[in-house]
Amino acid sequence: MHWDVVYNNLDYFLWGAFPKGPLGGLAMSIVLALLGIFGAFWIGLAAGLMRLSRNGFVRWPATVYIEVVRGTPLLMLIFWFYFLAPILFGHTLPAAESALTSFIVFTGAYVAEIVRAGVLSLPRGQMEAARGSGLSHVQAMSHVILPQSLRNMIPSFVNQFVSLTKDTSLAYIIGVDELMRNATQVNNRTYNAPTEIFITVAVLYFIVCFALTSFSRRLEKHIMRYQARNR
Amino acid sequence: MAMIEIRSLNKWFGDFQVLKNVNQSVEKGEVLVICGPSGSGKSTFIRCINRLEDFQQGAIQLEGKDIKSPEMNVNTLRTEIGIVFQQFNLYPHLTVLKNVTLAPIKVKKVRREEAETTALQLLDRVGIHDQALKYPAELSGGQQQRVAIARALAMRPKVMLFDEPTSALDPEMINEVLNVMKDLARDGMTMLCVTHEMGFAREVADRIIFMDGGEILEEAPPSEFFKNPRHERTRAFLKEIL
Ligand SMILES: Nc1ncnc2c1ncn2[C@@H]1O[C@H](COP(=O)(O)OP(=O)(O)OP(=O)(O)O)[C@@H](O)[C@H]1O
Ligand SMILES: [Mg+2]
Repeated sequence: MHWDVVYNNLDYFLWGAFPKGPLGGLAMSIVLALLGIFGAFWIGLAAGLMRLSRNGFVRWPATVYIEVVRGTPLLMLIFWFYFLAPILFGHTLPAAESALTSFIVFTGAYVAEIVRAGVLSLPRGQMEAARGSGLSHVQAMSHVILPQSLRNMIPSFVNQFVSLTKDTSLAYIIGVDELMRNATQVNNRTYNAPTEIFITVAVLYFIVCFALTSFSRRLEKHIMRYQARNR
Repeated sequence: MAMIEIRSLNKWFGDFQVLKNVNQSVEKGEVLVICGPSGSGKSTFIRCINRLEDFQQGAIQLEGKDIKSPEMNVNTLRTEIGIVFQQFNLYPHLTVLKNVTLAPIKVKKVRREEAETTALQLLDRVGIHDQALKYPAELSGGQQQRVAIARALAMRPKVMLFDEPTSALDPEMINEVLNVMKDLARDGMTMLCVTHEMGFAREVADRIIFMDGGEILEEAPPSEFFKNPRHERTRAFLKEIL
């Protein structure tokens, strides 16, 4: 066994060439996932609420976006943005930005469905009470409906975040310096320790995702207690 | 001029006609009780008055102004007509105090301190003295419904609508809510109450109407309504619930 290969390159797996060179490794994966979920939250919130609208002109674009993206493999979206960018903007987008865009667009569609389900799961009486007391639709949404449904959505958000963390490995295909690509580089350079290297990669992804899911489970329990209080 | 004037109100859900030529005039300070079997259109009727339901034909006026006229903003209309629901519908994520102050602050732009002072007075009035900082789930059903009444009153409405406010309550809590409503009636609030609490109706109603199949079949002051109901379906209904 050649665990020394892993040992010698562990910092490269964890944060790439940073701080002397660009950020890479697991740190880059996490940064991509964090920025991705942040962007996806806002896009998803907008698209989810738009899809709930009674106005067809507002609802339709959101529906098309959500359904198209949900019927598309993420890898294809990544290719799309990477190879489409030069045509759209006249110059190539850096690989990381291009991948991040795909992550946001992709995850946004799933977040939109979470938002929609979360809003629909509230009793109708909440909206009626809010509107009945004179609040506008927007006020009712922002002070009554969303504070409640967003809280209920937290576990689903965390799940989406876990998925995205794993999916950042797909950015490897267009050459983004994240954990998967850095590991492959080391493997190609050394090629006597593939098992050790990819076991390490698996363990690193697992640690991050496991930490997130246990956090989510704790949160869920907490929220369930909150909901039980509110029955 | 009547506080609320309803003329030839007709409403359909698809092909199904829920309200059939409903006419009513409610004077300022009057208490109108609406009863009738399940599905007769009582909720739909009162929800048309604050436009929680739309209607296809007829007109409703609040103090002579058509509620559907372009210069009548729907949110303003709703600040003048409070509504209390069967299921309370308090906001579970907000404290009792915030439940009551939300609409005054957001809609009427009342200053927070002022809204809270008013809210505490109203909570006092409905007998929830020291629960202002609790969450709805920490209160009993009767207390929650009284908070809901305070929340509606906080907008200083001219009219209050009640849709079976005691139907979801345990029997021992019904009276605490009815007492608050009687108090309001005595204070001169204009009220439209869908309820089957006939003791309440007898005591405070100025008029009782009986609805069936979307129509008003009978309309009379309580004494007459209970003593000699004219319509046979009213008699059958009264026999069942009394
Ligand atoms: N949104 C709706 N779409 C279609 N039909 C409806 C809708 N709301 C109510 N209805 C129907 O209209 C009729 C009247 O309903 P409404 O709720 O006004 O009756 P109600 O007298 O308040 O009954 P209850 O005593 O059960 O509350 C019922 O037959 C009901 O099924
Ligand atoms: Mg009803």
